[in-house]
Amino acid sequence: MSILIIKPGLFATVQDSGRFGYQRHGVVVGGSADPAAARAANILVGNDENMALLELTWAGAELEAERDYVVAICGGNMEPLLDGEVCPMWRPFLMRAGSRLLFRKAISGYRSYVAIAGGIDVPLVLDSRSTYARAGIGGFQGRALMAGDRLRALPLDEGTRGERLMAQLHSGGFATTWHAGHFAAVSRDITVVRAMEGAHFGMLKEASRRLLLDSVFRVGVQSDRMGCRLEGERLELDGSQELLSEAVTAGTVQLPSGGKPIVLLADRQTTGGYARILSVATVDIPVFAQLMPGAKLRFVLISHREAEELLLESERDFNLLKAAVGLKIREGVQVGL
Amino acid sequence: MNIKQWSMEPLGDSALLITPRMDSGEHASMHTVISRLIARLEACREWLGYSEYVPAYASVALHYEPWRIFRSRTREEGAHASIFETVAARVRRVLKDSGPYNENLQPERRECVEIPVCYGGQHGPDLEEAASHAGIAPEKLVAIHSSASYLVHMIGFAPGFPYLGGMPQEIAVPRRATPRQLVPAGSVGIGGSQTGVYPVATPGGWQLIGKTPIKLFRPDMSRPSLLQAGDIVRFKPISEKEFYEIDTQM
Repeated sequence: MSILIIKPGLFATVQDSGRFGYQRHGVVVGGSADPAAARAANILVGNDENMALLELTWAGAELEAERDYVVAICGGNMEPLLDGEVCPMWRPFLMRAGSRLLFRKAISGYRSYVAIAGGIDVPLVLDSRSTYARAGIGGFQGRALMAGDRLRALPLDEGTRGERLMAQLHSGGFATTWHAGHFAAVSRDITVVRAMEGAHFGMLKEASRRLLLDSVFRVGVQSDRMGCRLEGERLELDGSQELLSEAVTAGTVQLPSGGKPIVLLADRQTTGGYARILSVATVDIPVFAQLMPGAKLRFVLISHREAEELLLESERDFNLLKAAVGLKIREGVQVGL
Repeated sequence: MNIKQWSMEPLGDSALLITPRMDSGEHASMHTVISRLIARLEACREWLGYSEYVPAYASVALHYEPWRIFRSRTREEGAHASIFETVAARVRRVLKDSGPYNENLQPERRECVEIPVCYGGQHGPDLEEAASHAGIAPEKLVAIHSSASYLVHMIGFAPGFPYLGGMPQEIAVPRRATPRQLVPAGSVGIGGSQTGVYPVATPGGWQLIGKTPIKLFRPDMSRPSLLQAGDIVRFKPISEKEFYEIDTQM
């Protein structure tokens, strides 16, 4: 009794909030490329925020439920259909045994997250369930999902949020009236990304510094979970100072000698030797994860202090969402939905 | 610690980089300074509140969760202009409080790891070419490569991949013009003036001179990288028969 992968679409993996504590062993953090959407999806089905869920890319995935599940879809909008009917996003719904969930094609965003109450049951490897395909570990058998794979959910213990939700949705309605639609990113023609100066920003030539902040870049087709490769004006460093490899992190914007910046995402390496020209604010990393190849963006500089404030604000938003969902689920038990 | 100056810079909004500013009068090697710094950070982990550290050639990164630091701030720390400043102040205090490095705090761990390598043949398809680049016989290249001691400066690039220092420069050879799509796990290579072992199969441009049957990345162990920054590595030539014997045991 599981979730059957009919079609994985462009690229599908099992992810959680990441594999922390092993970067000094060269093990990448990984985890959901858009941590905010994944977090919201887990909260909506009553899971802990770091439970394993499905990350789908761009288009074409199809899933079948072999028993009843409480499910929430967040992130990019691939116009999901549940047995041919428009399926809501950003709210929990009941996926009945035998029903099929089809993801058409992204009309906004690039990656969708499908959380299942209980969380996907794959083994913990180095304390995480996220797929690290290069090392062949984590997730479902250490690899991307393929047609015919079956994923189980962890059991829903009595009295948990997920179990209550399941009971409520069984007793009436198919989805909740409440939702977290305000967490959805708004797509724009040109996305503005907030970033701080990186350690080597000053090594850029004067003209390149202006280009970096004034010109529009496009997301290159070779972008993946490791990094977003930007196409645009060629940027140049002043002189050719050799840099020693050292730690990098999510959001680090590296400049290789070719002059095209790379924004590091979930599957980034732990260390790097290229100039670090910018650091994307942590709160805007989800924005990058949702940019499709070809999408346009530009950077705007903010201070380190502002980036910290935005991060604290987003933590408060998530704590509020968690509390609100808890309240709604409790109310549901008392008065019925 | 006898380093006068430490630079602390933000790495994004959730990490900071600690870099020792060594003056010319400094006798300790950069590597020794980094490993002592790590010992200090490990000893004070709880109080510092970081989630993990990543050492490199000349710096150590501390990754932290700003929200957690924010909530654990003391009243005094609440006056700091930023969360970064709180973490930096804690690190500075750890470095200052401890005074000169106390050898008894945590002895510097320096393990010597011997890595068996089957050189040449199908396991080292580029040995002949590398030797002819270096202008020596393949046997000579193997003898030089396996007689040196190598220091693990840091782990990065791939899980368990060691950045090794100390390769004799007479066996330095250029990288391959076209990188291989897939280098098998365990391959031992030379790329420019560096040597190393590929712990997992990845694309790679180094000249492959041999292969080890032992695993440098062990995801089923709590210390998944066989090697750690600070270890000393030696390569020991083995025959193809020995390679398969060890391979079967693994």
